Amino acid sequence: MIEVFNSINNAVCGFLHINPYIQGVVVLVCINVIAILGMAVLTGFTRLFSFGNAGFMAIGAYCAAILIVRHNFNFLIAMVIGAALAGFVAFLLGSLTLKLKGDYFLITCLGFGECVRVLLNYFKKFSGGSAGFPGIPNYSSMLFSVICAILAFFIAWRFIHSKYGRNLTSIRENEVAAEAVGINAFRYKRLSFTFSAVYAGWAGALFAGYMMYVVPTNFALNKSIELITTTVIGGLGSLTGSVLGALLVTLLPEVFRSLSNYRMLIYGFAVVLIIMFRPNGLYGYKEFSLKRLINRLKGGKAKTGKEAA
Amino acid sequence: MFLQQLITGISIGGIYALLATGYSLIYSLLDFSNWAHGEFAMLGAYFAIVFANMVGLPFMLAALLGVCGGALISFLCEKLVYRHIRSTGAPNMFLMIGAMGLSTIFQQVANLVFTGQYRSFKFKLPVSTIEIAGAYLGVLDLISLVLTAVILVFLIYLINKTKFGLNVRAIACNANAARVLGVRVDRSIASVFLLAGSLAGVAGILYGMKYNVFPTMGNIGLKAFVASVVGGLGSVPGAIVGSLLLGVLETFVSGYISSSLRDFFSFALLIVLLLVKPSGLFGVDVQDKA
Repeated sequence: MIEVFNSINNAVCGFLHINPYIQGVVVLVCINVIAILGMAVLTGFTRLFSFGNAGFMAIGAYCAAILIVRHNFNFLIAMVIGAALAGFVAFLLGSLTLKLKGDYFLITCLGFGECVRVLLNYFKKFSGGSAGFPGIPNYSSMLFSVICAILAFFIAWRFIHSKYGRNLTSIRENEVAAEAVGINAFRYKRLSFTFSAVYAGWAGALFAGYMMYVVPTNFALNKSIELITTTVIGGLGSLTGSVLGALLVTLLPEVFRSLSNYRMLIYGFAVVLIIMFRPNGLYGYKEFSLKRLINRLKGGKAKTGKEAA
Repeated sequence: MFLQQLITGISIGGIYALLATGYSLIYSLLDFSNWAHGEFAMLGAYFAIVFANMVGLPFMLAALLGVCGGALISFLCEKLVYRHIRSTGAPNMFLMIGAMGLSTIFQQVANLVFTGQYRSFKFKLPVSTIEIAGAYLGVLDLISLVLTAVILVFLIYLINKTKFGLNVRAIACNANAARVLGVRVDRSIASVFLLAGSLAGVAGILYGMKYNVFPTMGNIGLKAFVASVVGGLGSVPGAIVGSLLLGVLETFVSGYISSSLRDFFSFALLIVLLLVKPSGLFGVDVQDKA
């Protein structure tokens, strides 16, 4: 199964002359896009912050890795189980903690993420401890990751533009009013929390297949913070904006390799400046549309385009 | 053994408390968790290192300058960044994200300027131990304990008995009403940042003396944040109690169970406590405003 995918991938890449370095970058972009789409559904559409998504990524990654390496599962099934397990854990955690307000919810997520990391470090027999879990076959080829990312975007788009998505938006805008018109805010928050964890688990499983090796430090608190800030850079409440944010954050460091020492510094400044001067992010509340772009390029018609939007 | 662990725990808890009160004060005024707070401690410690080890000033003077440095950075963050974000009328979570960005910036700057190397103060406190009732207590622990206690008592006095404290409490209660009644809100907020920054500076220097100074040492801010949540966000006495609890728990877990499970227990305590008492030990029950 893996061989089939990989040989198709090699054929396609060979045909298009894509070298392995670019393939790797594309895979990383796809992984980040999936994780950030999950974050965008949660933070952008419900205004809940989760500092635990790195923990869910870890669950997805380790679950898939252990099933494939120790129990010889098919990688597709292992990935689905990994993502589902992350979602299930989020469902349980959310049932307990989503009734907490504001920062109290946030910090329970943070605590959860750190607990996952510490436990993975501690149970050496199960997870390989801080030395990591090696020997994962390379199943995240470029072709497969791109298919995953497109599928993830499509599902998220349908989800947000369904009745569920609109209910989430109404909770974001005014929770009390949403409750008053009969939306069970708690259940919808839990739904979006679970959704975001499934995406995180999915991204984690892909990550495991790309690195072929997972260590708990891959999924530290900094990863969660990076996910949140990228979502904000892209624009809260915009799926296309989030994808754009993921692209920027993954590609810019690759383009400016020579500045790699300053990468995180520039990143920090970008976050602060965007928050100060473009608080809605690059694409706040708006989705990318070709029509508007064409209108803007035509210049004169830009204004009418804006009003129509 | 027990007494020894307890004292060590309380002295670590004291360092957490210096930071946690800063989180609480700022949260009570602005309703956001200042993620960059731990970095103020780190920067304060680096200022002190620079003045003590490189410039060669006497240790006490260098420490004082370090504390001022922490305060200054905190003040500048408020003046240049937080105030600007507040004036755009953005929701509070934007302040928090801005603070995360600042935290990244400070960590990276420290990393670039001082490299990732661990540094320690050349000035050494006597590392000897005193024996009290069969327990061996480090002199450094005791000094840090006494100093922390004095500072915290002073802080509580400041908040409860002075005009400044009254202003702060009024703003925490209702910023607009306070403004109408003639409290200079922005100025008081700036002074609170100065105060919180200097407390963080003290914490950073004490921590740096106990262990080392390194660019990611600001992560103790995370522990302090946990402590202030355990105590109840926005409550200064809560932050102190929460910090002591966390410090003692950590030392006992490392001492009797396993040091690699230490963080697991602190975070598990946090989650369980919040489930039982959703607004922390001393917190007021907050309702989201409609």
